[in-house]
Amino acid sequence: MKYHRWFTPWVLIVPALAWLLVFNLWPSVNTVILSFTNARPIGGGTFVGLKNFETLLHDEQLRYALLNSVIYMVVCLPFLTIFPLLLAVLVEKKLPGITFFRTAFYTPVVASAVVVALIWQWILDDRGLVNGLAEKLGVISGPLPFLSDQWLLLLSAISLTIWKGLGYYMIIYLAALGNVGRELHEAAAVDGASAFRRFVNVTIPGVRGTMVLISILISVSALRVFSELFILSGGKGGPGGRDNSVVMLIQQYSQGFEGNLGYASALSIVLFFVTVVPMLVLARLNRKGAEA
Amino acid sequence: MSIVTDPARPIAVPEESGTAKPRRRGSFGFNSISPTEKVVRYLLLVFVLLITIGPFLWQLSTSLKGSGEDIYTRIPRLLPAQPTLSHYGEVADTIPVWDYMKNSLLVAVLVVGGNIVGSSLAGFALSRLEFRFRRIVLGLFLATLVLPGEVTIISQYVTVRELGLANTLFGVALPGMIGALNVLLMFNAFRSLPIEVDQAAVVDGANVWQRFVYIGLPSVRGTISVVAIFAFIGAWDDFLWPLIVLTDPDKYTLTVGLQYLSGTFSNNPRLIAAGTMIAFIPIVIVFAVCQRFFFKGVEEGAVKG
Repeated sequence: MKYHRWFTPWVLIVPALAWLLVFNLWPSVNTVILSFTNARPIGGGTFVGLKNFETLLHDEQLRYALLNSVIYMVVCLPFLTIFPLLLAVLVEKKLPGITFFRTAFYTPVVASAVVVALIWQWILDDRGLVNGLAEKLGVISGPLPFLSDQWLLLLSAISLTIWKGLGYYMIIYLAALGNVGRELHEAAAVDGASAFRRFVNVTIPGVRGTMVLISILISVSALRVFSELFILSGGKGGPGGRDNSVVMLIQQYSQGFEGNLGYASALSIVLFFVTVVPMLVLARLNRKGAEA
Repeated sequence: MSIVTDPARPIAVPEESGTAKPRRRGSFGFNSISPTEKVVRYLLLVFVLLITIGPFLWQLSTSLKGSGEDIYTRIPRLLPAQPTLSHYGEVADTIPVWDYMKNSLLVAVLVVGGNIVGSSLAGFALSRLEFRFRRIVLGLFLATLVLPGEVTIISQYVTVRELGLANTLFGVALPGMIGALNVLLMFNAFRSLPIEVDQAAVVDGANVWQRFVYIGLPSVRGTISVVAIFAFIGAWDDFLWPLIVLTDPDKYTLTVGLQYLSGTFSNNPRLIAAGTMIAFIPIVIVFAVCQRFFFKGVEEGAVKG
């Protein structure tokens, strides 16, 4: 039975395929090409060979950015794999008003990172909510420089990312919890397993695959961080630019007279390889875990 | 840890809830919930609620506090002593915030429209029609998911610039108008329809277009709403891409304009608070209105795998 003419599917796919080619695949290839040039934000550029990559090796800013990225990832990973799961378990039970709580917990995800960062900038200000309360309680004598100290600024941005991510990963877990067998829970309950034991022995193994997926998502998004650090540091990347992320460096080279799209592209390639690493590691861990 | 997992999925299986409820009420089975547990659960829920929406309330409160009111008090006051809306007017006087909103809205509408049309057409073709290279095309869409958008953002900018669209709102919207992830979401949604329905429609003489409009689309409404909501939020909230594409302050979208505002008024938290609320409130309204479809769509996707 002939369902349709041969070109009909192509007519439907062409728009999406064109977008894929023009805005995803070609830019991927072009990033590599550009990284061998000194292309400018305005006007063209010329071939410079491996010069950008040589500069990368001695780029102190990049070294700080990579260090920040690794710290970011290492701190975010445990918090964002565990807390959202606990939240998902908390909002899974149908209780009166639970939809309101689910929606409210998701609000930080919906808000723009810029809005969220500006709100936290005010809360973490020298005269803001946190410092005010802490001083009132006598925990500290002077304000903590959350927004001007290299490490406190990084920590603030990390806290913000964790806070903003809770609801997002909660929803993914919530969907996954639906696939955890109800019979297993009932059997465990009949056998007298406590809620905590059932959480550890039934729920966690049940969402194991999702956990790996979420760890990958967290790692990659931690390495891609931009808005939080950009806004909290007032666009300056902290003292001496030591709180830049790789994406912030890419953005800095994308504009102005000092801009260099070729160098920005070389940085993009670094970013690519950095984000591939956690994916490979976690995919491997997952395979090993599945075999064991 | 007093958190108990409830593996029952009342939302995912709607038909069941009607018959299952009376039975559960009578029995003291696995699903009954003790009063103590209820109290503990609500306490935890309220605690998390404070953490998640507290900062927004604090910002809202700051934006409403009168100019004469001390906003730096050690004992924070959530309720403004001299509530005023004047800071909202002041923001609009100093930066063209309503124009920024219009710009953001234009970009968001283009992105939402493009994604609904483009990804549902492609998703339908990939899942319901037979053609050569189908698997290769599908593989291409999958492959792009591995690549973080920031990696290609510079050459995307170069592409947009060569199309003559640098520093235009259309240039901001264009690359996001059909997302690979959305194509795959639609592919997944269409694929879960039984093929027999299609075959019956073919026997009845329905062409591809009729099958798409009358059979395909009505049954994937949940996924379409998820795509639409995510596309809207993504476009409205995006910061890095418009920051790179736009150079003229009068073309800024809200997020870029806000950052500009915070640079100009770094010493007036009331104004910045009002600005953030102007960007925040519309998206919260959109989400509050759509959240029913959103959560339903998310669960729908999960059940279908």
